[in-house]
Amino acid sequence: MDVGTFLVQCLNAVQYGLLLFLVASGLTLIFGIMGVINLAHGSFYMLGAYMAFALTPLFGDNFLVMLAAGVLLAAAFGYLLEWAFFSYLYQRDHLQQVLMTYGLILIFEEVRSILFGNDVHGVKVPPWLDGSFALGSLMSYPWYRLFASAACIVLAAALYVVVNRTRLGMMIRAGASNRDMVRGLGIDIRKLYRIVFAAGVALAAVAGMIAAPMSSVYPGMGGSVLIVCFVVVVIGGIGSITGALAASLLVGFVDTFGKMLFAEVSGMGIYVLMAVVLIWRPEGLMGRKI
Amino acid sequence: MQRRLRHYLPAACAVLLALLGPTLSPYMSDFIVKVMILSIFALSLELLVGMTGLVSLGHAAFYGIGAYATVLASGSEGGSAAWLLPLAVGAAAACALVVGALSLRTRGVYFIMVTLAFAQMAYFVFHDTKVGGGSDGIYMYVRPTLGALDMESRYVQFYVVLASLAGTYGLLALIRQSRFGAALAGIRVNEQRMRATGYPVYGYKLAAFVIAGALAGLAGFLLAARDGVVNPELLAWHNSGEVLLMIILGGLGHLRGAVLGAIAFTLLKELLSTHAFVGPLADHWQLTLGIAIVVFVALLPKGLIGLAARLSPRGTP
Repeated sequence: MDVGTFLVQCLNAVQYGLLLFLVASGLTLIFGIMGVINLAHGSFYMLGAYMAFALTPLFGDNFLVMLAAGVLLAAAFGYLLEWAFFSYLYQRDHLQQVLMTYGLILIFEEVRSILFGNDVHGVKVPPWLDGSFALGSLMSYPWYRLFASAACIVLAAALYVVVNRTRLGMMIRAGASNRDMVRGLGIDIRKLYRIVFAAGVALAAVAGMIAAPMSSVYPGMGGSVLIVCFVVVVIGGIGSITGALAASLLVGFVDTFGKMLFAEVSGMGIYVLMAVVLIWRPEGLMGRKI
Repeated sequence: MQRRLRHYLPAACAVLLALLGPTLSPYMSDFIVKVMILSIFALSLELLVGMTGLVSLGHAAFYGIGAYATVLASGSEGGSAAWLLPLAVGAAAACALVVGALSLRTRGVYFIMVTLAFAQMAYFVFHDTKVGGGSDGIYMYVRPTLGALDMESRYVQFYVVLASLAGTYGLLALIRQSRFGAALAGIRVNEQRMRATGYPVYGYKLAAFVIAGALAGLAGFLLAARDGVVNPELLAWHNSGEVLLMIILGGLGHLRGAVLGAIAFTLLKELLSTHAFVGPLADHWQLTLGIAIVVFVALLPKGLIGLAARLSPRGTP
């Protein structure tokens, strides 16, 4: 493996890891704060990807405007969904949450199939990000992938600032560590839940929108990303955003280099990683003791 | 009296099915065999979820492993169930031992996610590598035999599956009555207290996990013998979700519930995807099934058995 290939693979790993982080951070927050295990979280990623497919003709070259519009739509959708559905799940046990969100996946998948059919769709890379730049003497790297990484870093940084530096973030962190105490202190927990849920949906959807031009848009894309995100959350520790970031990057590297070095069994790499982490630290890298 | 009746009802159903066996049409018999196999699968998960309180979302892995082991071992020559069956059950149990040993280090929602992830790993092993013919799966050329009995025959299939179901039901009923079952119930209700009492909780949970995996392997063996083909979709997480749904649908904490749930779920799925019943909606059965699941879990968290209890004036089921 020469230096160029190595660099390209590193960039790919980071880009994949960051994308996973956007989806997994929402999942870990929703679980950490509301105690809801949400199997339908992968569907929000799919929602984003199909939104990119549907909105691209409307917005043309204004990719960034489209992203912004998509985020707003997804957040509104999340807000409504929390109000209409998820707010009824908090009092129920995990088993019922699993089943009801499983039912939700079936509904989303079928609606997707009614609206868009079961074909694989492609989304065009915006023209100003088309093409690639040279890396080393032989390799080149597409601009769009670099943009995807940059966009994810910006979003991750924004998330960091909101969670660690604002009043809302303080409430979120407090909610993740002790839900009942936060309620006891007189914070409107329902509003907080709704905001966190909407933010989680928006993050997953934006990840889907960013991923759409790279990975095409296909049925069942939500399910595969969901399970990888579970692995990320288990490795990182539930409720920990820093843990989710570390775990996403780790998973990104293991998956990317696994595909290159052990192509035959590449699908298993991240699960082996998860098994190792479970033996070493069952509570995850940054999780609290369970 | 009513209590007695409830005790003998499953046995009576089995006898009735055994008597009806020869009179059934091929379609009916095939359908019942399918439901009975799913019932065994659901019963095996009931041991874990209903009796021990461990919610596993990766149970289809052991079902699939049992089925794959059967097909892979029978090769092109076919084989005797005398060694194929123990092999399939053993393979599933061995995998359950490894997965259980790791995932039981976690609890609650972690356990759900970890079992799901390991099942997905098993799925990828069969999907991506050449071990089991990749994503197309593999065919079984000759169905298992046992002496003069050949699983190729519809009747042999029917009675073998019926006997397996009765055996599984009986075994689980025995476990429930035993000290072991009582310990599992104790763990479900209050794990902390069981540990304080001096029970090796981890060992008990692992034993339950392995037995459940082995029984799922049995269901997998029967499925492979019935269908004569296996593919990676058997291990997919939708299957794990569906079997979990069956035991909830029937009613958690009752062996009857698992069987009832398997019947009800299969019928529901069949119904929602048949044009004669729901018209053009049949093409979108996933939508109606999804809505049915959400409504059902919301309104009837105790399952069909809970519904029966609510309707009967006596109260407790």
